[in-house]
Amino acid sequence: MTGSLAAIGAGLAVIGAGIGIGNIGAKAMEAIARQPEAVGDIRANMILMAALVEGAALIAILLSFFVG
Amino acid sequence: MRKLSFIFLFISMVSFVYAQQHDNKQTNEHTTQQNHEGHNHDHGDHSGHNHAKGDHSGHNHGTTQSKQQTGHEGHNHAQGDHSGHNHAQGDHSGHSHGDQGHAAHDDGHAGHMNACGHMVHDHSAEFNPGAVAFHHISDQNVYSIGPLQIPLPCFLYTHKDADGGSKLDVFSSGKFKADSHGNGSVAYKGYVLVEGSARRIVGNFDRNGIVPLKDGSHSVYPVVEVQANGKKKDQLYLCDGGKVYKVDSKSTLDGGLFGGGMTSFTDFSLTKNVVSMLLVCLFLFWLFRKVARAYANRQGLAPTGVQGFMETMFVFIQDEVAKPFLGKKWEKFLPLLMALFFFILGLNLFGQVPFFGGSNVTGNLSVTFVLAIVAFVVTSINGNRDYWKHIFNMPGIPGWVKVIVTPVEMMGNFIVKPLTLMLRLFGNMTAGHMVIVIFVGLIFIFGKNGANSAAGWGMVIPSAALTLFMMAIELLVAFIQAFVFTILTASYIGAAIEEHHH
Repeated sequence: MTGSLAAIGAGLAVIGAGIGIGNIGAKAMEAIARQPEAVGDIRANMILMAALVEGAALIAILLSFFVG
Repeated sequence: MRKLSFIFLFISMVSFVYAQQHDNKQTNEHTTQQNHEGHNHDHGDHSGHNHAKGDHSGHNHGTTQSKQQTGHEGHNHAQGDHSGHNHAQGDHSGHSHGDQGHAAHDDGHAGHMNACGHMVHDHSAEFNPGAVAFHHISDQNVYSIGPLQIPLPCFLYTHKDADGGSKLDVFSSGKFKADSHGNGSVAYKGYVLVEGSARRIVGNFDRNGIVPLKDGSHSVYPVVEVQANGKKKDQLYLCDGGKVYKVDSKSTLDGGLFGGGMTSFTDFSLTKNVVSMLLVCLFLFWLFRKVARAYANRQGLAPTGVQGFMETMFVFIQDEVAKPFLGKKWEKFLPLLMALFFFILGLNLFGQVPFFGGSNVTGNLSVTFVLAIVAFVVTSINGNRDYWKHIFNMPGIPGWVKVIVTPVEMMGNFIVKPLTLMLRLFGNMTAGHMVIVIFVGLIFIFGKNGANSAAGWGMVIPSAALTLFMMAIELLVAFIQAFVFTILTASYIGAAIEEHHH
């Protein structure tokens, strides 16, 4: 078996971010279904929130690069 | 417009298939050559000597050999007793596989000893998708359009404390006479071109002019070495006429901060990324001038052509990003946001054009670092009293909580925000480029790099389809990441200039 623990760490970080972004997307869809007229605001905030969640995953991946 | 996109898809598919065909043919030639020379250990045609499977029974390995097996270095053979092992010249006389030299084969790599006693991996023996992907996304001193290699100017500065002393060399990278992989066959002024990037030869090497290398573009090769901190690293060596020279790493400007270490030279060249950036800037300048003229000449009329396309994006950023996040002062920051958006978008899209360099400018950490610093500096300069107060002395909370909150706020505003801004763009663009290269590489993974060309041919169409799918996704990502960078910059600035009412 090859590879390192850092790769597992990066994978775990991606799972966390995936769940987070999935939740954001699901709730945003729900909100758009309830209030279709607010689609513009919801979409912009959805992307902003997804980007912030992604930031946490990116830091984890960067750490795994440097430590691994 | 629809017709145009179909034409583009068709052209890219055809060119992909053509390129694969071309590459496959090349690697096939390599392999047949190898079989003639008779040292291709991957194919098992040396029954009994197939070291790749770790079958060492009956071979007399001394203690020194078993030491070498751990890392596949195998390069302490330079004591002169292996002079008959120069496979590159096809001299196999007196070559007993059993006792020496091939201990490094047990990791499955096919290779041979070169004139300097280093174990060299054969060029087409094994396809390493990771290494190929990293090579394709990295910055280079040549601009490659398809098979063409366009030389770029090199500005290479040798440091004061390096052997040879401080010196600035200015020349064209065409002097290196690079092959299609970007490996130079000539050393010029003490520099060699390795995978498209200029490297300095360390040690006592002729630094005055052109030195044709004995083994041509195969003279420089990596050797895995264990560093002081226990990590393995590919150290490049140059073998020229039996003499070994160390080749320096790519130059870094971070002073070894990110683990690259210090180099004896600094590369200020107009690299592929810089040229792409200049091209995109010129294009954007031309485009916006054209659109601005159209507005001046056609006052009161509906926008036409490219003017309409640009207006859609411009108004989108203005109404969805600038106005909601920046409040009353949105007009002051609009030029910055527009410049960021169109610069990033332009570079993202430029990198997607197949066979036009495929430069990965926004996937370069230095570029995104500077963009993030711009956003950070603008935020800090324009931050009002409330912004700084909320960082250093959060109002409305007890004193002991401030001890916790202040460091957290400082980290969040000064480190995490710029860092994630930098990494998000870098990560997304780099990942996209790498996935595309690896999808194309599927052909060589399945075709075993020429050994099984039928499987390789079979993968051509699935690989082209996957690549096209990925490119379509990347087109979306190019827009989303440019938008995300702009919206986050706007939200950071907006938070810093917001008027609070307590």
